[in-house]
Amino acid sequence: MSGRTAGSSGSPFAPHTAAETAAMLEALDVDSEADLFDIPDEVAFDGEFGIPQRDERTVRADLRETFARNDDLTEFLGRGHYAHYVPAVVDDLASRSEFLTSYTQYQPEIAQGFLQALFEYQSMLVELTGLPVANCSMYDAATGLAEAALLAERVRSTSGTTVLVPEALRDGKRATLDNYVDGSDLTVETYPYADNTVDLDALADRVGDDTVFVYAETPTVTGAIEPALAAVGDLAHDADALFCVGSDPVALSLLQEPASVGADVVVGEADVLGLPTSYGMGLGLFACKEDYLRQVPGRLVGKSEDAADRRAFTLTLQTREQHIRKERATSNICTNQAWVALRAAMHAASLGPEGLVALAEDCVRNAASLAADLDAVEGVEAPLDDRHHFREFTVGVADAPGVAADLREAGFAVHVLDDGTLQVCVTDLNADAADDLVAAFAEVVR
Amino acid sequence: MLALATEVARVNFDQARFGDDTRNEPLLSEKDATAVDPGENSVLPDDLTRDSLELPRISEPELARHYTRLSQMNWSVELGPYPLGSCTMKYNPSFTDAVAADPNAAVHPDRDPETVQGTLELLYGLQEYLATIGGMDAVTLQPPAGAAGEFTGIAVAKAYHQHHGTDKSEVIIPASAHGTNFATAAMAGYDVVELPSGDDGRVDVEALEAAVSEDTAALMLTNPNTVGLFERDIAHIADVVHDAGGLLYYDGANLNALLGRARPGDMGFDIMHYNVHKTFATPHGGGGPGAGPVGVVEELAEFLPRPQVRKVGADTPAAAADGGAFADAGDADDVDDTTEDADGPEYELFDPARSIGKVHGFSGNWLVLIRAYAYIRRLGDEGLLDASAKATLNANYLASLLDLDVPYGPFHHEFAATAGERDAADVAKGMLDYGVHPPTTKWPEFVDEAMLTEPTEVENKRSLEDLAHAFNEAFADSDEELHDAPHKTTARRVDQTSAARDPRLSWHALEDGE
Repeated sequence: MSGRTAGSSGSPFAPHTAAETAAMLEALDVDSEADLFDIPDEVAFDGEFGIPQRDERTVRADLRETFARNDDLTEFLGRGHYAHYVPAVVDDLASRSEFLTSYTQYQPEIAQGFLQALFEYQSMLVELTGLPVANCSMYDAATGLAEAALLAERVRSTSGTTVLVPEALRDGKRATLDNYVDGSDLTVETYPYADNTVDLDALADRVGDDTVFVYAETPTVTGAIEPALAAVGDLAHDADALFCVGSDPVALSLLQEPASVGADVVVGEADVLGLPTSYGMGLGLFACKEDYLRQVPGRLVGKSEDAADRRAFTLTLQTREQHIRKERATSNICTNQAWVALRAAMHAASLGPEGLVALAEDCVRNAASLAADLDAVEGVEAPLDDRHHFREFTVGVADAPGVAADLREAGFAVHVLDDGTLQVCVTDLNADAADDLVAAFAEVVR
Repeated sequence: MLALATEVARVNFDQARFGDDTRNEPLLSEKDATAVDPGENSVLPDDLTRDSLELPRISEPELARHYTRLSQMNWSVELGPYPLGSCTMKYNPSFTDAVAADPNAAVHPDRDPETVQGTLELLYGLQEYLATIGGMDAVTLQPPAGAAGEFTGIAVAKAYHQHHGTDKSEVIIPASAHGTNFATAAMAGYDVVELPSGDDGRVDVEALEAAVSEDTAALMLTNPNTVGLFERDIAHIADVVHDAGGLLYYDGANLNALLGRARPGDMGFDIMHYNVHKTFATPHGGGGPGAGPVGVVEELAEFLPRPQVRKVGADTPAAAADGGAFADAGDADDVDDTTEDADGPEYELFDPARSIGKVHGFSGNWLVLIRAYAYIRRLGDEGLLDASAKATLNANYLASLLDLDVPYGPFHHEFAATAGERDAADVAKGMLDYGVHPPTTKWPEFVDEAMLTEPTEVENKRSLEDLAHAFNEAFADSDEELHDAPHKTTARRVDQTSAARDPRLSWHALEDGE
């Protein structure tokens, strides 16, 4: 046995020297670690995985090579996953090992820092939504929506079981919602859009005594700003149903405050702040009225006092949660997206209210400007509705898949919705390439 | 006798506090509150915009100081051991952060698969690694945390039973299981049948035989179990469940103990989730993000969430159960050859035939999955085998140094010590004063005043000895001393009751001066 040398093939993160290992084994009166295992032969594994050990530099080089296989396209993609410029200070502070390598705050006396940061995150969401309770995260917007529907089933005293969502809901949200309600008495039904936002007459026809939950988004999946949120809320409340609004913290900085249009719950993707594009990794925003406090899924940080009567923070109302309440818990969620919430709060704090509003205004102006420029291209119609837009909008062309393929050749990624419809998303990160995208459209749409 | 590794003394944990004991780091809202009228200069009409928004506006230097001070008021695994049994933290290797920050990895989930072959290559590689490590035939990476993995696995079991026309209503779970197991089964619409622990701390096989029936959809089990014991009767347990038409679900919380030594698939498990932070050293970020990949045997692969990744031309999902699948693929040159010579893409997305659908809006926690893949690739067979060896050695060595009894054994990577007549939560608070993070307390419930301890392989002999001293000193402290502990931390004992009785969940809810 050698010591921990360059050629050593154990775990590089097990710090034992050979002498230490020997001393520990001797203290335990065994010859080798294998003697400590109590695994019957019939189920023991004596094969190999066939995974060679590699040094750090090789792994990094391998993965660089792997990621280099991703084509370098300028993305005009959104539909639920967005990124804005994240200041370096956010990366720097969030990467501090005290944050990144800490666990859930089960010992609040040595976790005040993270607890305070999460309390501040909750507070920002309370301000943005106008609702008094925000948890310290769900996994993403889809699971947040699904949990909100389950919340509706728990808090309602009436017997409704129908969850109403837009027909045009993104598949990832709808399919996640379907799975979450599968173990409940809820059923999911849809209502149509007209001109890419809620068709109020159609919704009024579908809302009834059996409706327990009505969900509407602003902006919608195609970027339209919903003009009739308050009316949707009224329809929901007339049926004694819970009204849930889907949005995000940048949009909420500018658009109507959900509480002011009657929202009972707000869900959405809060990773628009703080997180770069990351293949759909998210941060589920979840806020609601105080009435539902004891039914909220996920963790809550509350203010308390310590033994010296100073302000202190702690995870609270844990009797809602699975580790205490088991099968009667409000949700099975344990691990959430705390570190992403930390990043979102840092980003929001670095922008301040004016910065947030300015970023949101840019989401409106950039979308309007790009839509107008595209609409000026012969053979292109944009947007395909009369709404105001936030970040993104739909685009009509004769052969959408063909145009998208040609755009890809020109270095751009856009969404294809159907044979005649594309969708493009513009933010501060790709706005300076918008003119090039317009030129590419002009080139490929003949 | 144990020699002192270091002078044992109570130590302050108060890096961010000035010495006068009165100054908290202010809330952001106490530093500034700026109200703006967002609609005032908007291009949007008035009725679409809000009237006011009040949030802190602080400069970047202030921001940096605020969060730096908060960070200093927080324990982390880079400060010292984190031996939370069944939760625990390993050291998170820095290079995995560097790898995850690669700008080429920052792609949108709606990209055409042909244009993100690198991303799919990594996902495919991780699916294959995990399948091999767990002895499973197919793996989904979509679940964003362990509990989401449980939900996915039970949803797959439900879909399987429904497809075969059998209506099952129950999931059996040992009383000592993680709370998530119970909550998961309930969320999926099952009745929970709780199985008491046997006298030896393991599954009571007779009780199990009495509990199974044609209503049994699944048994959820972890192995080694919650007190670190290997369920020696696992093959028989699997037969009992399978004979009743049920499926066997493996909670991957304790897989770190078995790496390279036993695989859930070989034990008869049909479904498992992997815990990536306890097994593959991904950071936990103060509560997440995690990832909860789920592996299944071949008969269940068609029910997995969509989409899955496969090699172009392959008609079946991952099937690397025999090991040795990567001996050739490890060479980066080989990978290059296959891509550059290929006419088209090498990897593609596909929807399993009877997929349950989705459990996340997109594809899960990508930045966590990258780190897990990089870690497995770094360690390889030998590193993984050594991780389970040293994790088990460390738990046994630590236990041997304690003045507390450890009633159940032989244990592997974790053990439940008992504080006996002392209050385990108080002992834990006392340990804080000795500069370590305490273990999980009062759980599992069948151990009196349990202190469930899992040091992992990343602690060395001296660190374990320091930890043992903290245990023993706190255990020997007087009741009065413990009742008031901790004495040396940034915050003293935090009042949980007051927090819950009068919930104050945002700065809006605080009174002036609170």
